[in-house]
Order: sequence, then structure tokens, then C-alpha cells
Amino acid sequence: MSSPNDNLKTIPIYAQDTDEYSVGNIRSLLVEIATLLDKLAVSGETGMIDLNSLPLAPGEHEQLRHMLGQGEVTAHIEAIGPSEIIETRYPGVWWVTHYNVEGDIVADTLEITTIPEIIKSQADDINTGLELLQDQISDEVQP
Amino acid sequence: MNQHDTLGERLAQQGISRRAFLKFCTAMASMMALPPGAATAIAEALIKAKRPSVIWLSFQECTGCTESLTRSHTPTLENLIFDMISLDYHHTLQAASGFGAEKSREDAMQEFFGKYLLVVDGAIPLHKDGVYSTIAGRTNLDLLQEASKGAAAIIAVGTCATFGGIPNAKPNPTGAVAVSDIIKDKPIVNISGCPPIPAVITGVLAHYLTFGALPELDDLGRPRSYYGETIHDRCYRRPFYDQGKFAKSFDDEGARNGWCLFELGCKGPTTHNSCATTKWNGKTSFPIESGHGCLGCSEPNFWDAGSFYTPLSAPTVDMTKVVAGAAVAGAGVAAALSVADRAKKRRAQQSHEKLTTKDL
Amino acid sequence: MNQQTLLEFVRGPGLQIAAVVFVLGMVYRLLQLLLLGRKKNLATPRGSALRGGLRTMWHRSIPSPGLTSRGYITVITGYVFHIGFMITLLFLSQHIELLSAVLKFEWPALPPGLITITTIVTIAAMVTLLVHRFTDPVKRLLSDYQDYLTWILTFLPLLTGFLLKQGIGLGYQQMLIVHIITLELLLIATPFTKLAHMLTTFSARWYNGAIAGYKGIKV
Repeated sequence: MSSPNDNLKTIPIYAQDTDEYSVGNIRSLLVEIATLLDKLAVSGETGMIDLNSLPLAPGEHEQLRHMLGQGEVTAHIEAIGPSEIIETRYPGVWWVTHYNVEGDIVADTLEITTIPEIIKSQADDINTGLELLQDQISDEVQP
Repeated sequence: MNQHDTLGERLAQQGISRRAFLKFCTAMASMMALPPGAATAIAEALIKAKRPSVIWLSFQECTGCTESLTRSHTPTLENLIFDMISLDYHHTLQAASGFGAEKSREDAMQEFFGKYLLVVDGAIPLHKDGVYSTIAGRTNLDLLQEASKGAAAIIAVGTCATFGGIPNAKPNPTGAVAVSDIIKDKPIVNISGCPPIPAVITGVLAHYLTFGALPELDDLGRPRSYYGETIHDRCYRRPFYDQGKFAKSFDDEGARNGWCLFELGCKGPTTHNSCATTKWNGKTSFPIESGHGCLGCSEPNFWDAGSFYTPLSAPTVDMTKVVAGAAVAGAGVAAALSVADRAKKRRAQQSHEKLTTKDL
Repeated sequence: MNQQTLLEFVRGPGLQIAAVVFVLGMVYRLLQLLLLGRKKNLATPRGSALRGGLRTMWHRSIPSPGLTSRGYITVITGYVFHIGFMITLLFLSQHIELLSAVLKFEWPALPPGLITITTIVTIAAMVTLLVHRFTDPVKRLLSDYQDYLTWILTFLPLLTGFLLKQGIGLGYQQMLIVHIITLELLLIATPFTKLAHMLTTFSARWYNGAIAGYKGIKV
């Protein structure tokens, strides 16, 4: 009696060619981005698209990356795991990806804005930092 | 650190920056299927949240739901949620602790009476007074009824707890029923699926923690934000369905091209869940993307809904024999009547009755 | 009974019941026509009953000038409806799945976009026929409850099928249940109403032809 694993080895493996595989979701997404970018340009209204919630076919995520490309700005944040923020080749269209410490994606969004919220310094952190700095200064004065 | 401080206090004590917290809330918003801009609102609400007590009871189940949750791929952030709740009792995870664990459960139920969250996975057998599933000598039915008295809300996790699941499938020898068939006086959230997507489980918990209330539910008690749409509505293979391009058998040309799996029995059109968008194993894939039709595992009675490989438009029972039988029966009736009629015909012929228009 | 169990009923026992009533009823009606005794025609035959029967079955299935010039709306819309209905029924992939499960053989499907067009055309034809039945004084006079009932029974599967495929109205599961129920109603009603003309038309044309052929007349 041949073991089941023998049969597994006889099944041919076809790797999906993801470069051209598309079902048209990218185009609709680009239209939505353009609409939000237009709103930003005209009235300053910001927008966000949660990529996690979209049904993308295998390979379409990479195609989107390729299509939006890389602009002038790259930002890296370390806060309970890394976060990568880039401005795409279309100014005002930012791609924000949050990772946990293991390196898995926990949030993946496109932000149509002048600067993503997460890059800005937060009010509470500023206050905490100010306290620490003032402590530092008073320590310096009184050795 | 008091287990039940507000989240804001605990974060400050652990030296976690607001920015890190904002990142966490963005991840939560995504997990809860809320619009990404909701992160700030979540941050505001969570900062003031106190840590509720959670009791997790496992009944007639395969432990797949607990496995699904503990295998979640964002351990740090989802652990943060579990840091945000005080898991005072989990039967399976605490299995080694015996009497001590039982005491912890009883203490928590007493101290937080009326305020704790009760999470249940597994069905509850009712036949023979529920003797088919017991823990520490007490029947599941008994444990459920006692625990639900002081619960603020009940979260039923998995198709077994929400609809009866596999124990409830024909012929259901143990009389297994869902939580909602027994408890009628407490709000119940049904997170169905076999198992449910882990992000959905934590998303509902997160929602409760953030807003202090349960999310909006559909007519089967499932959170609308995750179960509002069918797999078919969000399936990336829809263009193939619309064009009539179907895979006819596994591994044929159509299947290799990723065509629609309707003819291979996919139950996507009648199944409500978010597998098509949230996916499984850290967004790796979901059944249809891997080439197998949806089983409909988040719907009631999916085990008894005909073969997994019979298309939705085809009958679930054998029709050919029935139809053939009906044809034979019809012929038989006609033959019988015509035989009875022969006598009349012969008489008419013998008496040379003329054919009139009345006969036609 | 929740939606899921209702769906399984209509796909299972419900379909069996409808199929049994339909097949038993239609086989009975057809054989009844052939087997029930008739007084023998004692006149000498002038022609062939067989050839006459076959000829008329074909001849009365195609439009004739006399019929068309008087009632061309009925004739044309009638043809459009029947052909459209048959195409929609027989060449949509999902329907082929159902029929091949019963008949145990398959045939190729047409693109669903094309079927959508034929469905719309068929629905338009049906509405036209109904309006004409109502407004034409002769047809209005001749129509009885059965004519309107059979129209409804035939229209509902077409309409609900269209809504189901396009995703309009009720959710997929509910609409699927409704669509299957309308089909089952149609099947059950067929042997007892004018809908039996599916088969009896051809036997009627045969008989007319046979009788005339026996007398040596071409009909």
C-alpha cells in the first residue's frame, strides 16, 4: 500500500503568474482615489480607504503598489512594531501600513491628505515630553 | 497595577505613547470593519474604558473556535485586547488549574454580577437532562443557566453555539441546541462560522470595550458589520460569474484560470460572512481563492443543506428515480383506465355504433 | 423554520413533489388521449392517417397567412414569448445544472449576458400579450380566470429569475427560495390547466391531421 505522500508528489505545481492577473478591481480603486484627491484639491477635505476591507484578487495588491509607486517622502515609525508610510507618486496620496512586532500587517490604508495623522506629534505626547524636558532642565541647573 | 484601571491609566503606566495608541486604534478600526477615520473616536472612547470581566465557557465543541482565536496572527495587538479584558475564566486554556480555576470563576461571577461578559463556544446537549456534556460534574445546561444570570451580555462564538452546528446535524442524537435556544432574557451576539474568523471575534470584543454596547445585529443575531454581506457580494471571482465562466471540475482548465466555482457547489451566494475581504491566516487566502467552493459554514443547518458539491440551483435529492417512477405511475394509471374502458369499446364495436361528433 | 431549512425543502422534497405531480399528470394526460377507447371509424379511408398527422403537426407549428393577417400581434408576440422562454430555460448555466441532474446528460450554455437579453424580451412579450388580452374586445370576451392564472404562473418564474440574477430586490437566499417556489407552482398546475398544452398541442395537431388525412384531406 503506497503512502498518501507518494500521490502528493505526483501532483504538478503551477505557480500563479500574478503580474497580469486582474479582475478589474484596480481600475475602480484608482477612480475612487482620483475622486477623493479631487475633493482634497478643491476643499481640503481628507479621505481614507481601508485596503483590508477590499476584495483584491491575488496579485492585485502588488499591482496597486506598482501603479501608485513611490514619491518623494518615506517615513518609518517604531511604535509597538514598525509602520511604513510613503507618499506615492501622486502627491496627496499616502500609503500607510502598520505592522505588529511579528511583522504581520495589522492595518493597510490609503490616506488622501496633506499629511497622515499618525506622523504628527500627538498633544498628550507633547505634554509628557515637555514635563520630561523640564525635569531634565531643572536637573541640569541643580546638580 | 489594578486589573480594572482605565486603559488610559494603564497605557501611561506602561510608557506607551499616544502615537502608538493611535496606531493600535487604527488597527482596531480596521478589525471592526469601521471606516478608517473612526480611529480617533475609538481612541477617545478607549482611553476612558475600564477593563470588564470576561468568562469563557466551552461546551459541546471541537475547540476549533478557541484555536482560531489563539492562532491569530497579530499576537501583540490582539493580546493587547486581551490585556484590555480581564479573562477571569477560560475552561480550555486553564484546564490544568482544576478547582482553583472553578473558584476563580465563581468569585468573578459574584464580584461582577450583572456586568461581566459571558463568551460561549460549543452547543448544549439537552437529551437525558444534558448528561452528554458535563464539566466538573455539572451539565452544560446547568452551567450556562447559572452563568447567564449575572452576565451583561452573551457572546456565542462559532456555529455550534450560535446555531447548533455539527452536534445539531441530523439525527442529533444528543439533542444539541444553540445558546439562543436556551437563554431568552439576555442580549446575545452570534459570531457564527466554523470556525469564525479570529478578527471577527476580537472585533466584537473590541466594539464592546470601546462603545460599552453590542454592535448592530442582523435577524440571526450576527454583527451586521461582518455578516451584513454575502461571500458572493465581495468575491473577487464575481466577474467570472457574471460572464458565465465556471469551473466544471477541480483542476480543469477553468479551475486553473480561477473561474467561478458555482458549479462545484459554492454556497457563497447564500452565506453571510466576511471571508472574502478579511480572509484567513493573516489575509493569506480564503476557500474560494484556494480553489474550493464556500461551504456556507456561518449559516444555520449548513451540515444538512445537501452536498457541499451540489450547486445551489440543482436539487439536493435524487430526482431521476422519482421522475422515472412518476412516469411509470402515470402510464400505469392511463393503462388501467384504458383497460377498464375496453369493455365499453368492444360493446360499441359489436353494436356497430356510429362515430359521432359527441365522441370527439 | 428558518430560511436555510426552507431553502433545503424547496431544493429537496418540494422539488420532488412538484416533479412527481408534473410527470405523473402529463404522462397520464398524454397516454389517456392515445389509449382511451374510441368508436372505430367504419368509413373507407381515402388517405393515410399517419402522414396526415405528421403533416399537420408541422404545418400548424409555423405561421400561416390567414392566421397572421388577422392577429399578427398575438402570433408574433406569441412566437417571441415561446422561443424566448425556451432559450432562457434551456441555456442558462444554472438551469442546465438543474436539468442535467434530472436527465443525466448536459449541453453547452449560452453567455449569461445573452440570456439576460432574452429574459427581458420574453418579459416584454408577456406583458404585451396580457395587455392585448385585456384591451382587444374579442380576446377579453374569450378569456376566463384560467388564462390569467396561467399567465401569472408563467410570468413569476421569469420575473423572479431575472431579479435573482441581477441582484435586485430581496437578498439572494430569499429570492432563490421564491424563484424555486414559483417554478414548483408552475409544475404542479400544469397537468390541471391549459398549461398542459405543452404536450397536448402536438397531440391535438396530430389528431386533426390524422382525421383529415384518413378522409384524404390535407390540413
